[in-house]
Amino acid sequence: MANDTIKLELEVPGDDFTRAGEASSTVKGMLKKLGFSPNVVRKVAIAMYEGEINMVIHGGGGQITVEISPESGVSMSLVDHGPGIPNIELAMQEGWSTAPDSVRNLGFGAGMGLPNMKKYSDEMEILSEVGVGTTVNMKVHLA
Amino acid sequence: MTVREVQKILNATLLCGEDALDAQVRTSCGSDMMSDVLAFVKDQSVLLTGLLNSQVVRTAEMMDMVCIVFVRGKTPDQSVVDLAKARGIAVMATRYRMFTACGLLYEQGLKGGCESDGE
Repeated sequence: MANDTIKLELEVPGDDFTRAGEASSTVKGMLKKLGFSPNVVRKVAIAMYEGEINMVIHGGGGQITVEISPESGVSMSLVDHGPGIPNIELAMQEGWSTAPDSVRNLGFGAGMGLPNMKKYSDEMEILSEVGVGTTVNMKVHLA
Repeated sequence: MTVREVQKILNATLLCGEDALDAQVRTSCGSDMMSDVLAFVKDQSVLLTGLLNSQVVRTAEMMDMVCIVFVRGKTPDQSVVDLAKARGIAVMATRYRMFTACGLLYEQGLKGGCESDGE
C-alpha cells in the first residue's frame, strides 16, 4: 500500500434516489483495491452510505470529501446545504426520524441513520445550523 | 448452507448470480427497512426483503452480503438485478411471504447471528 494520503471529492445528487450510494460504492471499491482490512472497509462503507442517504433524503444532496491514509485511517466529511438539524441530541436517538412516509416506503427513515453512523465510525461530529445546512465529519481508524 | 440450498428451500427463481450458487451463507436477515439491516453487520448473510428498489442492492453491497431474496412473489426491475449482477450478489424471488420464508430457512439451521437473539 502506498504511504501517500489520497483525497477524493464526490458529488451527491439530491434529486435521484436511485443513484444514492454511488459515492459510497466508489470509496468502498477503492479501499478494497488499496488493501484495507475487510472490517475497516465495511465500517467506512456503511457509515458513509447512511450519511449519503441522509444527504439525499434530507439535505438535497451535497459534497463528500474523503481522505484515505494508509497510516491513520479514513476521514469523511459530508456537507449539505439542506434545512439543518434543530436538535442534534434528539436526532441521535434510535428511532427518532423526521422522514415522511414516502421515504419510509423506500426502506429508510427508521431513525437509525445517525445512530448507525456513530456505531460504525470511530469518531463523529455533527455541525448543523437551521436554514444553512449540515456537516458530518467521521473517521474510521485502522486498528 | 449454500446459496443453492437457500434457493431450493425457498423454491425460488434465480434472477442472477449463478456464479455465487456455491457461496456459503452463515446468517440471515429479513426486513423492509434498510437501516435496520445496516445496524446488524454479519458475515456472509442473505437478505430477505419485500422492498424492490436499488437501495436493497446497495445495502447488501455495503454489508458484503452474498444473496438477496425478494419475498411475496415480487420481482424487481431489471436495473436492480443488473446492479446486483455487477456486484456479484445472487438475486432470487420466492412466492413465500416474509414470515414463512424466514421460518423455512431457520428450520433448516440458518440463524440471525445476533447475540441479542440468544444465538
